[in-house]
Amino acid sequence: MTTGIRDKVAILGMGCSKFGERWSDNAENLMVEAFQEALVDAGIETNEIDAAWLATAIEEQHVGKSGVPLAMALRLPYIPVTRVENYCASGSDAFRGAAYAVASGACDIALALGVEKLKDTGYGGLPQRSRGTVNDMYWANVSAPGAFAQLATAYMAEHRVSREDLKKAMAHISVKSHDNGSRNPKAHLRKKINEDLVLEAPMIADPLGLFDCCGVSDGAACAIVTTPEIARSLGKRRLVTVKALQLAVSNGIEAQHNSWSGSHFATTRVAAKRAYEEAGISKPRDQISLTEVHDCFSVTELVTMEDLFLSPFGGSVADVRDGFFDAGGAIPCQIDGGLKCFGHPIGASGLRMIYEMYLQMQGRAEERQRQQEPVFGLTHNLGGFPHQNVCSVVIVGQEGA
Amino acid sequence: MTTGILSFGAYLPRARLSRQAIFEANAWFNPGLKSLSVGERTMAGWDEDAVTMSTEAARACLEGKDRRNIGGLYMASTSYPFLDRQNSGIVADALNLRSNVQTLDFASSQRAGTSALLVALGGGSNAHPCIVTAADKRRTKSSTELELTSGDGAAALLVGDGEPLAVLLASHTETVDFVDHFRTEESEFDYTWEQRWVRDEGVMKIVPGAAQSLFSKTTVSPDQVTHACLPFPQKRTNRSLASKIGLREGAVRDNLQSNCGGTGTAHPLLMLAHALEDATPGDIILVAGFGQGCDVLLFQATEALASFRKRAAVEGQLALRREETNYQKFLAFNDLVVMDRGLRAETDKMTGLTTHYRNRDMTQGLVGGKCDRCGTVQYPKADICVNAECNAVSSLQDHPLADMAAKLNSYTADRLTYSADPPAYYGMVQFDVGGRLMTDITDVDPHVGLRVGMPMRMMFRVKDYDPKRGFRRYFWKAAPADIQ
Repeated sequence: MTTGIRDKVAILGMGCSKFGERWSDNAENLMVEAFQEALVDAGIETNEIDAAWLATAIEEQHVGKSGVPLAMALRLPYIPVTRVENYCASGSDAFRGAAYAVASGACDIALALGVEKLKDTGYGGLPQRSRGTVNDMYWANVSAPGAFAQLATAYMAEHRVSREDLKKAMAHISVKSHDNGSRNPKAHLRKKINEDLVLEAPMIADPLGLFDCCGVSDGAACAIVTTPEIARSLGKRRLVTVKALQLAVSNGIEAQHNSWSGSHFATTRVAAKRAYEEAGISKPRDQISLTEVHDCFSVTELVTMEDLFLSPFGGSVADVRDGFFDAGGAIPCQIDGGLKCFGHPIGASGLRMIYEMYLQMQGRAEERQRQQEPVFGLTHNLGGFPHQNVCSVVIVGQEGA
Repeated sequence: MTTGILSFGAYLPRARLSRQAIFEANAWFNPGLKSLSVGERTMAGWDEDAVTMSTEAARACLEGKDRRNIGGLYMASTSYPFLDRQNSGIVADALNLRSNVQTLDFASSQRAGTSALLVALGGGSNAHPCIVTAADKRRTKSSTELELTSGDGAAALLVGDGEPLAVLLASHTETVDFVDHFRTEESEFDYTWEQRWVRDEGVMKIVPGAAQSLFSKTTVSPDQVTHACLPFPQKRTNRSLASKIGLREGAVRDNLQSNCGGTGTAHPLLMLAHALEDATPGDIILVAGFGQGCDVLLFQATEALASFRKRAAVEGQLALRREETNYQKFLAFNDLVVMDRGLRAETDKMTGLTTHYRNRDMTQGLVGGKCDRCGTVQYPKADICVNAECNAVSSLQDHPLADMAAKLNSYTADRLTYSADPPAYYGMVQFDVGGRLMTDITDVDPHVGLRVGMPMRMMFRVKDYDPKRGFRRYFWKAAPADIQ
């Protein structure tokens, strides 16, 4: 019987670069920017880090392969560096590697850093690239919005939701995230929008319009983790500890077996269940204080609320439109603007989410600080496509909670 | 056993380009095209070529037939996608025919279609039937008569022993190096000579001569012909020809010029298939193929045709139409205009020939697997069964899926990803027998769109072009299942 990760690892320090179109910076500059903030926050020196994990997803667009780019940029002293690629869950998976290293006792202090430099393609959206030589021969020519848009068509059919109602709920999600992003100085998109603008925007992949899609950004984020004991010995108080680290990966059932309806994430449900159990959470809708979910598209966020058991099955449209997930609602979702507005430098995104939870729990989120003190924060990444993906669920919280 | 035509099929692309639209775009330069500006021509999609159209015609022809018994596949075209890779071999692969099938490509003349049919009808043992297919997607220069009078399409005939629908009474071939047009290794387009000369010195002399020889070989006289398949685009030419041969005027069949256009090597066979739809037992059918000479074939419909399940081979294809009035799109689909296709179109589409060969059943044949333990059908065929309750190892047996009925589970119309014909439609397509795949969707009528639960059928299409190396790879796409 596993005992899980709960309270075995504490966050010692975190950093996050400004996200956006960082035309004048290389990925290395972004890594150093996030790292310097984390190092100062942790109050340690580089040579106190025992091992590091580097997350990048589309490395051919920027740093290239391996752990070397991180070691070179940060001048790490010949320590182990592992490069992690697991679609959009890469950042969370790097965090998992660092946390496990600390929990195992193999390391005292470990670093997880995620970076992506996506704005060197010459066009908007994610880079168009090969999916692998065999896959290229039979996969549909999917884009990310096109893959996720299908959640909407399947969801409408399964729950008998009208296109208009769904579009309005999705619009609410985007308007909310833009409101939140406007209060975040590090966010990529900081303009408020309204529902009409969302509904009238050009179509990207039916039924997802321009404002249903998150930004594609340059950026980096990082975490330095250690044991609660070491954190305390370094003078840290009010520790934010790791409560759960779960990952669920599609095995072909959604893509190849007719049991999946297409309107939800099979992986998210499994990862969430395991994470709540690991964290000792029995009533997520009552116990989770804040969420940062993988809102690559508005519909992803909508469906994910159900898959995380925060909304009842078929109930997210109503919850969203009631403002349940707004910044002032019961469980704010993307209080920092989310992927939608903070931006989505793939490898950095999971760590950016944990960064926000860490700030909120320490009362350091400034203008966007949640007044009601957060206890449990859940972060969620969904990499790949609804029909075959990698899902991570991380729960962090106040030590002892 | 009697040898003859055992089945027939046709395929026409759904889009019909209005000739008025072609004329209007070109009238400023060539007002003389006005006389040809009536009706419409078939227009292949960007993902169609002679191979894909042949495959679809052959599928229609083979519906309900045992494919394991097919002994030959002859294809005719003058617009082959591959010059040195057997095109009929790709069709045979797409049809999942046995590897000991005899495949041949007939080419280099507009009468290649009738020649292929003649060879099949006369060739050796017909114990194993031979499928003859002809298809053309002729690239024509903009603002030419040929652009207006041509159409894209394919026909297929199954030839062999058994209970034929029609038997060959006689045939004759004349070979004359009459160069009305030509295309060489160095040229992209046909170079054509004056139509009046082609008609008077070519068609009107060579075809009647061949017909005279044909009728000298049989007791049938020209006036007994009930269906004359004369593939020339000008109705007047066909009428004059009929009169010169001695055919009854009423016997001259619709040359499908008004609603299809001339489909090149396929056209005589397409007209023959069309005639077989209308014919009654005993009817006499004359077919002519013209190009550096002439093939003439004389068939008689048998009693078997009466009980043959009526299939709307050509009429059905003609009825499945979607009007297109965008001439610019036609130019773009045929690579006749330099377009900025965007940076996303620059993605390298190289195909590893090793990968291609190893996975050809999966890709060209759309062969999935069926688990012999739990019965779950799945695609692609993997080593371990996908059913979580089973997960048996090495339990999957080949299970072709191309002809399985399917439904749409989810879909989108994507304007971000690169498509030669945006938006890119794709979705999760689920087979009624089990198995599913996220696949590209083609032939979507934007006015009708898609819906969850919509019946779909799989179509053999070009998946990707690799402009750097000139290769193209084929795969199966879903299309809304047309009600026939």
